[in-house]
Amino acid sequence: MISFIIYKAIVCLAVFLLSLGVAAYATLWERKFAAFLQDRVGPDKAGPWGLLQPLADGGKMFFKEEIIPNVSNRFLFILGPSLFMLTSLMTGSVIPWAKDVTIDGKTYALQITDINIGILYLLGVVSIGVYGIMIAGWASNNKYALLGAIRASSQMISYEIAMGISIIALIITAGGTLSIREILAQQDQGLANIVYQPLGFIIFFVCALAETNRAPFDLPECESELVGGYHTEYSSMKLGLFLFAEYINMFISSAIMAGLYFGGYNFPFASELYSAMGLEEGSWVISLIGFGAYFTKIFIFICVFMWVRWTLPRFRYDQLMNLGWRTLLPLSLLNLAITVAVEYFRGNIHF
Amino acid sequence: MQLTNRRKVVSNKEQSFAERLYLPAVAKGMFITASHLFKKTPTTKYPEQTRPMAPVYRGQHVLKRDENGAERCTACGLCAVACPAEAITMESAERKKGEESLYREEKYAKTYEINMLRCIFCGLCEEACPKEAIFLTDRIVDAEYEREDFVYGKDKLVEKTDKRIDVTKRQTLEVAEFKKIEGTKHNTLWDGKKQLKDKH
Repeated sequence: MISFIIYKAIVCLAVFLLSLGVAAYATLWERKFAAFLQDRVGPDKAGPWGLLQPLADGGKMFFKEEIIPNVSNRFLFILGPSLFMLTSLMTGSVIPWAKDVTIDGKTYALQITDINIGILYLLGVVSIGVYGIMIAGWASNNKYALLGAIRASSQMISYEIAMGISIIALIITAGGTLSIREILAQQDQGLANIVYQPLGFIIFFVCALAETNRAPFDLPECESELVGGYHTEYSSMKLGLFLFAEYINMFISSAIMAGLYFGGYNFPFASELYSAMGLEEGSWVISLIGFGAYFTKIFIFICVFMWVRWTLPRFRYDQLMNLGWRTLLPLSLLNLAITVAVEYFRGNIHF
Repeated sequence: MQLTNRRKVVSNKEQSFAERLYLPAVAKGMFITASHLFKKTPTTKYPEQTRPMAPVYRGQHVLKRDENGAERCTACGLCAVACPAEAITMESAERKKGEESLYREEKYAKTYEINMLRCIFCGLCEEACPKEAIFLTDRIVDAEYEREDFVYGKDKLVEKTDKRIDVTKRQTLEVAEFKKIEGTKHNTLWDGKKQLKDKH
């Protein structure tokens, strides 16, 4: 029992540190990548290639004056960023990072917890995430913050629907399981889900951009209209938490997309490679290679997120709502209908 | 009437289906930004790297001394007259006995000021100077906090005896030829022919 707790604690800590580390370096990579896209150099003064820049940024955030407006609701004001950070960290708990490792006959899953309704859990936690923004915007007692919060909540609710429906289509092709672990394991044999769900993936990707409040859907923090949006009144590390949580969200949604649609830790000819290297099932080397493959996919997705951000201008709010309700929702319904029809004729669905 | 052939009739016609989808336009934009990933950055990382500077760069002025260390300037005021930006002012004074080592001729500039904010670094003062006294150098005028600090007096302009400034690069052949013209032939300090021989 104690060994189980220690093992889970290690996995929890590892995922926690991984999320924070990736988020920290995603801030640097965002700036670097933006610089590359714009023929600039980017931050390169802090350490070699600017590798210590995240530390410098974090230090700056910590040492800034912390301002809590006296007209704000103090408890809620602090709760907002905490909740946002908490939910974004919680999403990482159902993702299987690599194949199970067997040590001394015992199998250890490299996943915090395998819930059999993992995808529902994810959608639920992501929905709670919007409360962080809403509470923060409302507690600030500032009209810009409130407008940002309202935008964020209506945007997230609108895009969650299309996202949910595109995931339902995915679950149908995956044989009705809601466990992320099983969906990933299925893609070990056969093709990745992107082959069966190309339209669903595109819908999911657009919705993920909207859910993470990234450009071109970053209306909640639209500088040109709302000063800073929902975090206008925030300063110091509480602002840092918002910015940081956004990057964690980006990391986790990249991980989900890479996992659900691109096979996660699986890659083409993986089993051939493992047998050629003489590795047995459950070896830690397999897990390491698989984790590397998974991480490469996540990195590519993060790059795509950034690439989109530094290319496309921000939507107008009515365009955003049009896209969500009048384009993506019908498209996802169509995708669902086609999926159900195809699966019915393949004999995978019985009424 | 048509002034240019670049006139374009603006139409507000309805978007086609492909245009309304935005996806082709999005793909085009993504391609453009991606192509910039593979372009060279034109950045010069300034404090470590500097851009090449022309040898005849026109920067901060210097008031030259002659080989004995005496100031060449006689406060004739031709530079101030030539200056299109009216950046130069000066006051003249008569050389006293015993000051021969300080000033080359009987008249000298008691004060000599150039307002570096007015100056456009055209080099006309240098061209006008009959005494080979003022030159523009490849030094860059420093940034200052106050406007007054940009008015450079003799303390900043006159060449230090222990820190001579080389201006041979700015004494071009064209200038030498110009100085040979009768009526402007008043400078015997520097012979253009000598430099001609050195160059060819």
